Amino acid sequence: MNRGAIWSNGRLFFNTLDNQTFALDARTGTEVWHTRLGDIKQGETMTMAPLVVKDRVLVGNSGGEFGVRGWLTALDAATGKIAWRAFSTGPDNEVLIGDQFHPFYPSDRGKDLGKSTWPGEAWKIGGGTVWGFLSYDPTLDLVYYGTANPGPWNPSQRPGDNKWTSGIFARDPLSGQARWFYQLSPHDLHDYDAVNENILVDLPFNGTTRHALVHPDRNGYLYVMDRETGEVLSASAFVPITTSTSVDLATGRLRYAPEKDPQPGQTVRDICPASPGAKDWQPAAYSPRTHLVYIPHQNICQDAETAQTSYIAGTPYVGATLRMKPGPGGKRGRVTAWDPAAAKPAWTLDEDLPVWSGALATAGDVVFYGTMEGWFKAVDAKTGALLWQFKTGSGIVGQPISYRGPDGKQYIAILSGVGGWAGTIVANDIDTRDKTASTGWANVVPDLRQKTQKGGMLYVFALP
Amino acid sequence: MSSRCRDRRFRALACTVLGVLLATTACARSLRVCADPDNLPYSDVAERGFENRLARLIAKDLDADLSYYWLPQWRGFTRKTLLEGNCDVIPGVPVDSANVRVTKPYYRGAYALVFRADRVPGLSGLDDARLRTLRIGVPLVGIDAAPTPPGRALARRAIYDNVVGFPVVGDKPAAERMFAALATDAIDVAVVWSPQAGYYMAREHAPLSIVLLEPEERDPRFEFAIAMAVRPDDAALQHALDASLARLQPQIEAVLREYGVVQHDDDVTLGGQR
Repeated sequence: MNRGAIWSNGRLFFNTLDNQTFALDARTGTEVWHTRLGDIKQGETMTMAPLVVKDRVLVGNSGGEFGVRGWLTALDAATGKIAWRAFSTGPDNEVLIGDQFHPFYPSDRGKDLGKSTWPGEAWKIGGGTVWGFLSYDPTLDLVYYGTANPGPWNPSQRPGDNKWTSGIFARDPLSGQARWFYQLSPHDLHDYDAVNENILVDLPFNGTTRHALVHPDRNGYLYVMDRETGEVLSASAFVPITTSTSVDLATGRLRYAPEKDPQPGQTVRDICPASPGAKDWQPAAYSPRTHLVYIPHQNICQDAETAQTSYIAGTPYVGATLRMKPGPGGKRGRVTAWDPAAAKPAWTLDEDLPVWSGALATAGDVVFYGTMEGWFKAVDAKTGALLWQFKTGSGIVGQPISYRGPDGKQYIAILSGVGGWAGTIVANDIDTRDKTASTGWANVVPDLRQKTQKGGMLYVFALP
Repeated sequence: MSSRCRDRRFRALACTVLGVLLATTACARSLRVCADPDNLPYSDVAERGFENRLARLIAKDLDADLSYYWLPQWRGFTRKTLLEGNCDVIPGVPVDSANVRVTKPYYRGAYALVFRADRVPGLSGLDDARLRTLRIGVPLVGIDAAPTPPGRALARRAIYDNVVGFPVVGDKPAAERMFAALATDAIDVAVVWSPQAGYYMAREHAPLSIVLLEPEERDPRFEFAIAMAVRPDDAALQHALDASLARLQPQIEAVLREYGVVQHDDDVTLGGQR
């Protein structure tokens, strides 16, 4: 699994699952350097796409469900040497929290919260991995990224806010020092990683223009934040939510709905959104022409049912059985064109299957996205009206891109090839007669195998 | 079929054809076992675990050629081994495991407290007040929110500050790392699954004690009956294994004793439910 490579200054940078970052000469493919950053035997992996900022290659780790401690690491682009590493849990000096740290909300202020908001030494294996896409604002000179959910304990075994998991960091890319942090899901109960993308745009807000950060989160809220200060300007539900009631803008705190808390040995129904969230890591797009955010996402809830006996490494245990199911309305996927200034959707498009591809908005007021059936679609950015579609050979979970070719023409490219958490039923031939297979996906997309097939094809379309 | 082929076997087609063609000569049988290559006392690639020993006994009893498909017992193990047809039997699974057909149980295990008898004299269960301050090692099964039963029971008693997690994913079995932590006094008490507890206790020099845990009313269960798993549609192999387990009961008990598998009063009736 890999979320992509990045080109910078004649070099290609990418990570491997066994925790190495490679730099290649983009012209020749010759290796310039590689650096090993972790141990896959400890459950640690690297799946994210790096970001290069000011001769720093920024990379993060994955594997929170195995008891990995999350981090973001900066490598020197020339040599591959580690410049700094900022952990997502632990004492301030290891999280790179110092004099420059000015979080907006009081609940994020205090010494060594990355330790004191955990029981005992649970922070040492506390998760908060960094496996999503990173963003950089060259004017403010800040890099933004989300941290994954806390782990691997059952929530009842890790009382506290479990900082700095399920939140967003703003950091100085050269020193790594944190500027602010905001926790979207304190003491996360539902596997709501906060690793989704942070879209940096300037938005009209209450009559002024704000330097905003737009973040559609797994917990179901679309956050519009001030990216200088970390203040939440608005947090609006973009899907039906049962696990919480709202975000308190005075304190920044998510108001959980206790009746949906996971209870060992009990059945809790209609947990919305399900663990993959209202939207997973498939990136949204913003158009400066329409001022809309185009969010590809899913509409899935889950029941946590009677526990099932299982075992790992010869150790028996009783785990919750998850059954995902379509959310209200019955359609499992949706594309929402969200107006962040008005805090409401401009239009929505329902899709039968979860929309697990990224979205792309072009200056021609066209929005592209793919479906898990394999349709690659172009819709009107203002209305959502379907303009064109093409059936590719497999389900689409990749991200469309637009580029100008050497011939001056505009091209649109999309990778077709179903996979990922939602697509693993097809990619790995999972038997969907077990409704809880694939951590609950089998129950909600049992028809995926009839609607698409395995594949791996790059399609490039030329605009006339 | 010859008496050597008295059990209908997993290589059903080949066996039947051979049985018909070759009449009384031996069937080409195989017992393909799915196992972890580095997880003593159960199994390792050198076949030193007690499940390896039991597999040898059963293969001999069934007159089958024993082979292994090795894979770490992490998430996806059943699917990638048994259900994909890479092997035919997984030893050592709880009897109420989903998505598989199981034999009758051949032993029962329980979670246990292991501790230095000279440091924590008389510790007898989870309600001992000393557990509020002693450092307690707990295995973490390694999937989001999947609780280890005793860890949950400790949390119910508001004991978590002094609990140290040992993820099962790592270089060595979590139980082995917990015993190493006991030896260096990094923890005072280890919560260990009993087959692992007995095995590693026998290898320690320090005077260690073990107490099998008994759940209070609101605790999760700590005891599990352990069987072998075959594919859901493989009734023939299940029946063959059940018969073999029953025949081999004395030998199986001897192997379990040799490996120090601790059971509640050894009240298991091998080959049948308690």
